[in-house]
Amino acid sequence: MSRKFWLSETMVAYYFLLPCIIGFLLFTTIPLVSSLVLSFYDWNILSPPKFIGLSNFIRLFTDDDIFITSLKNTVLYVIAVVPFGIGLGLIAAVVLNQQLKGVAFWRAVYFLPVITSTVAISLVWRWIFNPDVGLINVILRGLAVANPPSWIGGVEWALPSIMIVAIWKTIGYNMVIFLAGLQNIPKELYEAASIDGSNRWNSFWHVTVPLLRPTTFFITVIAIINSFQVFGFALIMTEGGPGNATNTLVLYVYQQGFKFFNMGYASAIAWVLFVIILIFTLLQSYINHRREAA
Amino acid sequence: MRTSTQVMTRWTHMISYVFLAAGAGIMVLPFLWMISTSFKNLNESMEIPIRWIPNVFRFNNYEQVFVVIPLARFILNTFFVSVTTTTAALIVCTMAAYAFARLNFLGKNVLFYMFLSALMIPQQVTMIPNFLIMKYLGWINTYNALIIPSIFTAFGIFMMRQFFMTVPKELEEAARIDGCSRFRIYWNIMLPLSKPALITLAIFNFLQEWNSFLWPLLVIDNVNLQPIQVGLRTFEGEFGTQWHLLMAGALVAELPIILFYLFCQRYIIAGIATSGIKG
Repeated sequence: MSRKFWLSETMVAYYFLLPCIIGFLLFTTIPLVSSLVLSFYDWNILSPPKFIGLSNFIRLFTDDDIFITSLKNTVLYVIAVVPFGIGLGLIAAVVLNQQLKGVAFWRAVYFLPVITSTVAISLVWRWIFNPDVGLINVILRGLAVANPPSWIGGVEWALPSIMIVAIWKTIGYNMVIFLAGLQNIPKELYEAASIDGSNRWNSFWHVTVPLLRPTTFFITVIAIINSFQVFGFALIMTEGGPGNATNTLVLYVYQQGFKFFNMGYASAIAWVLFVIILIFTLLQSYINHRREAA
Repeated sequence: MRTSTQVMTRWTHMISYVFLAAGAGIMVLPFLWMISTSFKNLNESMEIPIRWIPNVFRFNNYEQVFVVIPLARFILNTFFVSVTTTTAALIVCTMAAYAFARLNFLGKNVLFYMFLSALMIPQQVTMIPNFLIMKYLGWINTYNALIIPSIFTAFGIFMMRQFFMTVPKELEEAARIDGCSRFRIYWNIMLPLSKPALITLAIFNFLQEWNSFLWPLLVIDNVNLQPIQVGLRTFEGEFGTQWHLLMAGALVAELPIILFYLFCQRYIIAGIATSGIKG
């Protein structure tokens, strides 16, 4: 080949891209395809893999109570964490957006839980939720609540406990994005609304909420996708228990894959999760495209 | 004389401050509780009513934590892995981003959409085969497993591409006429001009690496190589319900990242506000 070819723009571009192409092939593309292939196999690492078609998926949905429980828990978790995290984040942002003093300080405080590690903060919350001497129940008994919940120790309260921690940890993130969105709303719109006799409450519903819709939509999709991947809280705070009261899809992938070494079965669970997440991702890009086209 | 709206505004502001302070209390209370417990002994930690400021500050909890568990080693491991991964990711991502932003080449669009779709693939779907690849390469229980697969982030490519596209083309054209190679342009013109974007990307990469848990949990069980998050998990098993020691450990694990956050706050908030990256 001539020197000209090796120095052509296309070749130079591929020199720049080469590390990323190799990296993505090796650690994303090949693993993605492999995990789909694996999901059609029965394989526990020790014995050779056996092709079993769709049996893993059939077993998941017809003969695996733990999977169904994990799926249900994960969906409930998403249903609770997403609206509360977003709602409270929006309220905090709206409150903060009225030229108060110390915005940077408040924002920093609300954002603190976002950057902390899931593992460390789960340990702290495990201690807070301790039924006998944990912070919450000591306070509740102080307020004369006779039988406070057993939180992460009880079947009924374990999942809500984890939801509370997750909401606590995401409010600040949503707040920061909403604040940015709020600052893009022209002040004149509020002035016009107020001249037309609209009170704050009406302005909120008829100016703020509609104009924040793209932001809200973005946060909602991100939050749904992230929430479906809940793992650390459940592992550290409850190990999925008591019973399977807090088992989640990713935790179940982890258990099947790395406790029982059922690599095929675990891959099938991972693909169920992937399809769920993919639906939300595609929904987002579809709506974004339509918005850009409009 | 004040108008009624001004009075109204003052009242709303007052209520807003109360509301914000209450929320802020809930945000910091777990941290205060962690700090408070970490300075007590076991009995004091379970004392009712709660004594927020301990009678005696038992600093030897911290000594004990460092002795029983190689916490210092965990932090060093995390630091090393985070810095190496972030540096490598910056180089690799900006190179790809430069090609996408500035060069015309065969297959550009196809490749671009392939990288774009990689954004949609959650780590949990690829982790089992990735674990098997690490096993095949003999990388289980090595830094390689922690560093190399984490270098390639589609997000970094897109963020840097967007930024490079805002750099005026004239600078590059002038350099081309002077006979500069593409690599020199990338290294000596584009990168120095992109400092703010590079800093933001570096911070987010670092945060993400520092807090990553699931992947290290799979590929590292050698205590000497564990990053802090996995180390804390080991630690949890070791100390069970000795809450004062667990809290001391958690605090040691949180402190570096909280300090980091306080220093880089401006970039983190701005980065999230503009692109909505997960912190």
